[in-house]
Amino acid sequence: MEILLFGIINSVTLSLTALGFTLVYSISRLPNFAHGALYVTCGYIVWLCVNTLGWNYAVGIAVGIAATAILGALMYRFVLLRIRGMEISEIIATYALGLAVIEALRWGGLRGSTFTLPSFLAGSVEIGGFAVGNQRLFVLGFGVFVFAALGLFVKFTKTGLALKAIAQDERAAMMLGIDSDRIALFSFALGSGLSAFAAVLILPLGNIVVETGYNVLIYSIAVSIIGGLGSWGGAIVASFLIGFAQILTEVFLSTQYQMVISLLAIIVTLLLKPSGIFGKQKELADRV
Amino acid sequence: MKDLQGRKERIDRGIKVRSDGIYAVSSLREMLYLSGPRLLLIAGLLLLPLLLDPFPYWKRVINILCVYALLAIAFDFLANCVGLVCLGGSMFVGLGGYLAAVLNVHAHLPVGLSIPAAALAGAGISTLLILPCLSLRGVYFAIVTLMYPLLFTRGIEAFDLLGGSNGITGVDSFPGTYLENYIILLILLAVLFGLRRLLIADIGLVMHAVKDNDQSVRASGIDVVRIKSLAVFIASFIGCLGGAYLAHVYMWAGMSLFALDFSIIPIAAVTIGGGGVLFGAVAGCLILVPLSEFLRFFGTFRIVLYCAILTAFIVLKSEGLMAYCTRKYEQFERWADA
Repeated sequence: MEILLFGIINSVTLSLTALGFTLVYSISRLPNFAHGALYVTCGYIVWLCVNTLGWNYAVGIAVGIAATAILGALMYRFVLLRIRGMEISEIIATYALGLAVIEALRWGGLRGSTFTLPSFLAGSVEIGGFAVGNQRLFVLGFGVFVFAALGLFVKFTKTGLALKAIAQDERAAMMLGIDSDRIALFSFALGSGLSAFAAVLILPLGNIVVETGYNVLIYSIAVSIIGGLGSWGGAIVASFLIGFAQILTEVFLSTQYQMVISLLAIIVTLLLKPSGIFGKQKELADRV
Repeated sequence: MKDLQGRKERIDRGIKVRSDGIYAVSSLREMLYLSGPRLLLIAGLLLLPLLLDPFPYWKRVINILCVYALLAIAFDFLANCVGLVCLGGSMFVGLGGYLAAVLNVHAHLPVGLSIPAAALAGAGISTLLILPCLSLRGVYFAIVTLMYPLLFTRGIEAFDLLGGSNGITGVDSFPGTYLENYIILLILLAVLFGLRRLLIADIGLVMHAVKDNDQSVRASGIDVVRIKSLAVFIASFIGCLGGAYLAHVYMWAGMSLFALDFSIIPIAAVTIGGGGVLFGAVAGCLILVPLSEFLRFFGTFRIVLYCAILTAFIVLKSEGLMAYCTRKYEQFERWADA
């Protein structure tokens, strides 16, 4: 029961963090290696708003998410737009930008345990004999809400359909008058906003530390690869797999092994089925 | 009015045209023109330890510079000659370093044997590790190579292997600082010119073809994975050689050998120097590493600067300094009537 409960919460947490990365990759085929950096940045911005500027927590959160989304959009507009299609440059540029942000934050003093965000509602609820913190329930609720909202958005709005069209066939979509660059810009902003949203929800559970940036990136990549790059359903299934695997290792082995498990999972997946569980990309396109 | 209609055209310098063919051997000037830059590089590198003799600190910088240059060459070779973007150069350094330390401390091999043995073993292990994802294209390779160094550090931490977070101490050092300098300088020069030679040979041609169009290579009846694994073996051998050397210089092998610096600085160097010609990688290191020594008191802010420089070069001048200098050396520009 304990395993089931915390497994589900952990899985939703993982899929929330990975959502932004998967979304951007599935739409614009850009691997956003700066994903983890954006996540930490949002946490830091919210912390600044609340603690240094003394704003309301809710206002701080809104500002943080908006600022991160704008940051992502600026990154696309001024750096990635100019090198699109050059795969090596895309990877290096996003990686370098992410690294620059993370290391700048580290240099700027984002260390230790002084940086924490308060949870939305203190206290805990008892489920089946186990106390579950309210924040974890918030994560669960908002996670499900975001997935539902995103699903509806993609199915029923014009912009959402355009996103889907670009993801499926960029050329055909362009022939129908969809501006590929604008949609990619939008997807980048949306992806950054989603990672910021995840940060706001999840960071109150612990400290804001720089290392989170790397961990988030690794977990997002793990989830996206195991689920198949660019497949949303696959990403959700994969995050449940990794989430439960992590909880099981935590219960039966030790916390230290968590990262090793997810890294091994990536490598094993790439070995056996490189397009992932639900990868839509044709085997031939990925394999030589 | 006239220059409005004009356009700039680039024409090969006469001496370049003359020295292109067999006639290059007809005069000393042409021969000097061809070999000048190479001789300058070789002589410059070999003279460095002598020139820096009064500054022992900077003599040690030469060592780390050469290791970075080796890694940059390995990255450049994989990325621009074979088409595999390897984000985890630190894996090679770490493997080479740890293996050299183990061979030296536990198996008591002397320095002269432990470095080549560690490089060979490290290259073998890296190739085996990378082999599964060699048949994949695009971002997968980058992602997996990014993961491996992290996997190693977490693994060493979690299982408390190989001395855990303390590392392995008591590795033999080199008998003298000059030997220390010249060994790595000679390795660097040998690797640089050896790889250049390899790339003009048949196998180099096939490697370029793998980068440009792997399907057509396969259609020609050549095993793409075999070629790629050969390239990975060569590159990881170079990287592990640097790592093994480093373990002996520091007299220690620890988790910092898997540090991010070993992955990002070579990439930055290649981007600044210009990819695909291998000289660019060395030139980039010659600029970046001394710069990083000057910036040492900024701490981790150095990485921010590297990344900023790296991004700026990728976006604004993606050809790199080397291509620019080559163009200036071989061609001149003039205004011509349109």
